[in-house]
Amino acid sequence: MNFINLLKIALRAIANNKFRSFLSMLGIIIGVAAVIIMMAIGQGSKESVRKEISKQGTNVINIRPGADMRGGVRQDPSAMQTLKMSDYEAIYNEKKFITHVSPEVNSSGQAIYGANNTNASIYGESIDYFDIKQWNIEQGDCFTEEDIKKSAKVCVVGTTIVSELFPDGQDPVGKTIRFKSIPFRVVGVLKSKGYNSWGMDQDNVIIAPYTTVMKRILAQTYFSSFICSAITEEMTDDAINELTEILRRQHKLKEGDDNDFQIRSQQEMMETMSSTMDTITVILVVAAAFSLLVAGIGIMNIMLVSVTERTKEIGLRMSVGARGIDISNQFLIESIMISITGGLLGIIVGWLGTLICSSFGLPTAIPAWSIIVSFIVCTIIGIGFGYFPARKAASLDPIEAIRYE
Amino acid sequence: MSEKERKVVIELKDVRRDFQVGSEVVHALRGVSFKIYEGEFVTIMGTSGSGKSTLLNQLGCLDTPTKGEYFLDGTPVRKMSKSQRAKLRNRKIGFVFQNYNLLPKTTAVENVELPLMYNSKYNAKQRREAAIKALQDVGLGDRLEHKSNQMSGGQMQRVAIARALVNNPAVILADEATGNLDTRTSFEMLVLFQKLHAEGRTIIFVTHNPDIAQYSSRNIMLRDGKIREDTQNYNILSAKEALDALPVNQDD
Ligand SMILES: Nc1ncnc2c1ncn2[C@@H]1O[C@H](COP(=O)(O)OP(=O)(O)OP(=O)(O)O)[C@@H](O)[C@H]1O
Ligand SMILES: [Mg+2]
Repeated sequence: MNFINLLKIALRAIANNKFRSFLSMLGIIIGVAAVIIMMAIGQGSKESVRKEISKQGTNVINIRPGADMRGGVRQDPSAMQTLKMSDYEAIYNEKKFITHVSPEVNSSGQAIYGANNTNASIYGESIDYFDIKQWNIEQGDCFTEEDIKKSAKVCVVGTTIVSELFPDGQDPVGKTIRFKSIPFRVVGVLKSKGYNSWGMDQDNVIIAPYTTVMKRILAQTYFSSFICSAITEEMTDDAINELTEILRRQHKLKEGDDNDFQIRSQQEMMETMSSTMDTITVILVVAAAFSLLVAGIGIMNIMLVSVTERTKEIGLRMSVGARGIDISNQFLIESIMISITGGLLGIIVGWLGTLICSSFGLPTAIPAWSIIVSFIVCTIIGIGFGYFPARKAASLDPIEAIRYE
Repeated sequence: MSEKERKVVIELKDVRRDFQVGSEVVHALRGVSFKIYEGEFVTIMGTSGSGKSTLLNQLGCLDTPTKGEYFLDGTPVRKMSKSQRAKLRNRKIGFVFQNYNLLPKTTAVENVELPLMYNSKYNAKQRREAAIKALQDVGLGDRLEHKSNQMSGGQMQRVAIARALVNNPAVILADEATGNLDTRTSFEMLVLFQKLHAEGRTIIFVTHNPDIAQYSSRNIMLRDGKIREDTQNYNILSAKEALDALPVNQDD
């Protein structure tokens, strides 16, 4: 029997049992939609994280104190105090592959102006920080080298701080705000950056000379990190080598000693993030894929019922000349049709679901291959779970089948 | 016409069919031999359990003999594969069943098209034309698009006969084709079979009703899986006359 006839027969069989066919499709619809939505969310988050990180500059390098913690061993708190002023000076003086370097310290607490207050983070940085982050001052000026030298109580603020502390639209430049009771004179306002992909408000910051934060707020002599920028993205590896060399020498590490600091490039962070995201996506998709397996079993069940119900029809078809293969093809096509139709509907539902998710602010992106994969998986389910019922139909004895009541 | 000139459509040589039922063996056919020539209208009679259906299943290539040979249109059937037999059923045999066996929720024309669906020599158009012609032959030219559940028993049986005719088979096999019909409708079917007989078709008709033998050209009696009698009928009655003689609407 030719393919078009088989399709017609399958269509009719499905149409004769619309509701039942729909129910067995439902499993596939839900499964495929779940897979598509999970993949879209996984892919979307990955892309948005990537975008976020590359927005920070792909030539950026971070240095943190303490050995590489990936072994999971707890470290002595003193191990976290290895980045010193002398390290900064050494990097600053010797840098070749690095254009800018800024030591970093930070703290969080309450900022107050007049009757208004807000919780904010204060970051102690050098002037280089603004170049590394490619972050411009929109209003007023940056603090100066002179301010750093004198640990001056000056700062630049993000736009969220401005709107929280100066709700009536006053010009914040020249005003004195208090952070943890210490007065800071606002010298500039940063250009707004908005939220990052972790949902953190990047404008809720106060940036002050690192010397000021270290001495006047934290009273400590070590830094919490360094941030640097390589000359170009391609020179990142050279820059990392250079930094490693300087720091090992500074820290008097012998050959064979582990580093007591970690250097991470933005690229590396991006890769770590992506691979974490990939793992999460895989877990989500595998969970969703199990529902497809269950759906396949549902189809098999329905097809077995259908074969039993239509035993007489099978006997009749055989008696007028249908071969076993014609009968098995008939049922196979029917199950493939149910699963593919379910798959297509699932793709549509998944797509709508994805739209709904993104309207709630979740980052989503449907990868084209997820649609292709869903389609192929549905076909395989149709064949795989339709095969056994189809074989059962084909192996019926025509005489017994036609007598079946 | 002398015996030798006539074409043999069916030839059975000592056909036996045993069924294993638990530890017992049932001998449904115990050595049946006969020839059926083209254009014969043969009735097969016998008591219940005498092996009529088993014999017809053999003739219809739905089953194979345990022993003995069966030639259909000169082709030996016993050693054929399942799908070869399916093809033979498709091309050479038309089956009419007691309970019609139409596809549910399907129109008359589609039911009749069914055998041709399994014949790649027919395209959709040829299939439909052949089906319409067969339905016209059984007097249902005006019921083409009626669904099987919208028809009377007699009409359904006509559709089944049309389906048996549509592939222009070497032989039409009917197993109690009038068993479910009232007297009047049974005679209508007989008229139809006689008409097909007159057109030169070969018909084998299994029945319980001894009267029907009078309307066929030959009668084979079975008992216990053996042929007990095989008689030619030289005085074939006309079913048409019998039908006309029946009182009209006697049940009302
Ligand atoms: N599939 C089978 N398995 C076992 N025994 C069978 C099978 N088919 C038929 N028989 C046996 O073979 C014998 C002949 O059966 P068959 O159906 O041919 O009788 P029949 O002449 O058609 O009877 P009826 O007039 O009641 O239809 C019976 O004894 C029956 O029990
Ligand atoms: Mg019988």
